[in-house]
Amino acid sequence: MIELAEIHRDFLVGDQVVHALDDVTMTIESGEYVSIMGPSGSGKSTLLNLLGLLDRPTSGVYCLNGQDVTSLSDIEQAQVRNREIGFVFQMFHLVPRLTAAENVELPLILAGMLPERRKTKVADVLEDLGLADRSHHKPDQLSGGQRQRVAIARATVTEPRVLLADEPTGNLDHKSGTDVIRILEQLNERGITLIMVTHDPEMGQRARRQLRMIDGRLHSDVLNSDHVHHGNEAS
Amino acid sequence: MRTRDFLNLTGTSLIAHRMRSFLTSLGISVGIAAVVLLTSIGEGLHQFVLSEFTQFGTTLISINPGKTTTSGANVGGFGTERPLTIEDSEALKRLPYARAVVPLVQGNAEVEADNRRRRTTIYGSGSEWPEAYNMRVKSGRFLPEDDPVAPRAFAVLGSKLRQELFGERNPLGQRITIGGSRYRVIGVMESKGTVLGFDLDDTVYIPAARALSLFNKDTLFQIDVMYEEGTTVDTVVDGIKSLLEARHDREDVTITTQQQMLDVLGSVLDVLTFAVAAIGGISLLVGAIGIVTIMTIAINERTNEIGLLRALGARQSQVLSLFLGEAIVLAAVGGLSGLVLGIGIAQLLHLALPALPVHTPVIYVLLAEAVAVVIGLLAGVLPARRAALLDPVEALRSE
Repeated sequence: MIELAEIHRDFLVGDQVVHALDDVTMTIESGEYVSIMGPSGSGKSTLLNLLGLLDRPTSGVYCLNGQDVTSLSDIEQAQVRNREIGFVFQMFHLVPRLTAAENVELPLILAGMLPERRKTKVADVLEDLGLADRSHHKPDQLSGGQRQRVAIARATVTEPRVLLADEPTGNLDHKSGTDVIRILEQLNERGITLIMVTHDPEMGQRARRQLRMIDGRLHSDVLNSDHVHHGNEAS
Repeated sequence: MRTRDFLNLTGTSLIAHRMRSFLTSLGISVGIAAVVLLTSIGEGLHQFVLSEFTQFGTTLISINPGKTTTSGANVGGFGTERPLTIEDSEALKRLPYARAVVPLVQGNAEVEADNRRRRTTIYGSGSEWPEAYNMRVKSGRFLPEDDPVAPRAFAVLGSKLRQELFGERNPLGQRITIGGSRYRVIGVMESKGTVLGFDLDDTVYIPAARALSLFNKDTLFQIDVMYEEGTTVDTVVDGIKSLLEARHDREDVTITTQQQMLDVLGSVLDVLTFAVAAIGGISLLVGAIGIVTIMTIAINERTNEIGLLRALGARQSQVLSLFLGEAIVLAAVGGLSGLVLGIGIAQLLHLALPALPVHTPVIYVLLAEAVAVVIGLLAGVLPARRAALLDPVEALRSE
């Protein structure tokens, strides 16, 4: 479902061109569980932003569900982000003045969904993540783990096919981090494509497929037969 | 995005920073209040002055000697034009539509009765003065229709002058001396008060021909013609023109209609109102700068949120309208409270100083609110555009 062909992403730092992504070609099938690892500055976040249509490649082709999305307009890309992609960030990025439920509701509001339908969806997804009793709390009244679960609820309320997680456990203690990873993996088991950037080997190695980036290039692409995660794996 | 959700989102972010939103709105509020207050006073003054003028009716035409292209009295009697005479005035009375024709000579002279003296305004006039100027005689009668060239020496007193010269005594039939000549008092006018700075009560009215000789003049200061309602002003003006042209062999008078005077006065007062509104507008400008500042700060603080919204599928235009909406709401709320404030202060002023005329036309109120919204729009555009054009990756990364 995700096909990258000869993707380059260059940044101009001062008067020097930095190749954040250097000729990346790969395919990710629907329902896969992929971790992207690598040292900082290796281009893994850039790759994730590109997959999430927050960034455009300097050159190359990105096909999502068979559609070339690199040539889409801003409006079309926004729509694809809204419908097809869920984001989970290291910093959670919850809007501090909105309650948990309102935060989860945001993407549905942006999509223009009717309030009644939104309320049920939000309630369902919060219930599902064990946050039903926290739905009227503001982010600062929630623990880190709870915040990240609200963020996951927000990312999945639109039922996207791809979930992009950028260091989702980076700001959490070990226990909450493991909880969050389990939730993401459960979502993956239900069929969502999970792509996670992490520099924590322990987290990364849980994924069935592990990509390693170095200096903007895809250094290794390992299918881990021996992964901890035992879900209904794709063949 | 649905409108209600849009308003909700805008509202929550403004309420989240109550104090800041309040102060920013206050800036606009003060500006709008100033504009409304100043225009209310300006407009009140406008109406006051116009009503002062129109109390004499709008069917007055004044004729001054000397041809001038702009309106106004002639500068001196040195021109080649013929003087405007009492005979001219008599001739004008024969025009079919002239309801009242009043010759006028004005000057200052000393009036003496018994042992009291007072320097006052002398109006040399004719019997139709009260009708033309909508004034009433309180006791006795006004100057009679008399031989226009050699009228009898009668005088009619203004109410204040009567008080000053005779106190409680009955002045009718008494003799007074004006500039050395003796007159008999035949009437006292009702009090008229001050009109545009002229005290119409501190006066004495004598026949025009006697005033001419008193001031040693050969031309009337002015002739006022009051015409029948229902006649067009152009007909009357043409009639007067051709009559005087025939008598003087050329057009050597200036004819000013009440309407022209009202128009000139009105445009002057409009400029005045506009000028005070512009002064109020300066404070609006300051308010607008406040909005730009606050919106710029807000966008810097909420860069993260902008990045998030984009990641969640917000279009650039949605981000733009969200922030623009905040600026407009700030300005519109400020505008509304400014209206209440401005009108409130105007009415309080009116209560405290009843002499100060205050009037707030509805159109100004609507206009002021529209201006507030437009200010919000303009002030919001730059910061909101910046927000919309932020690179989402950068925005998410910012602390």
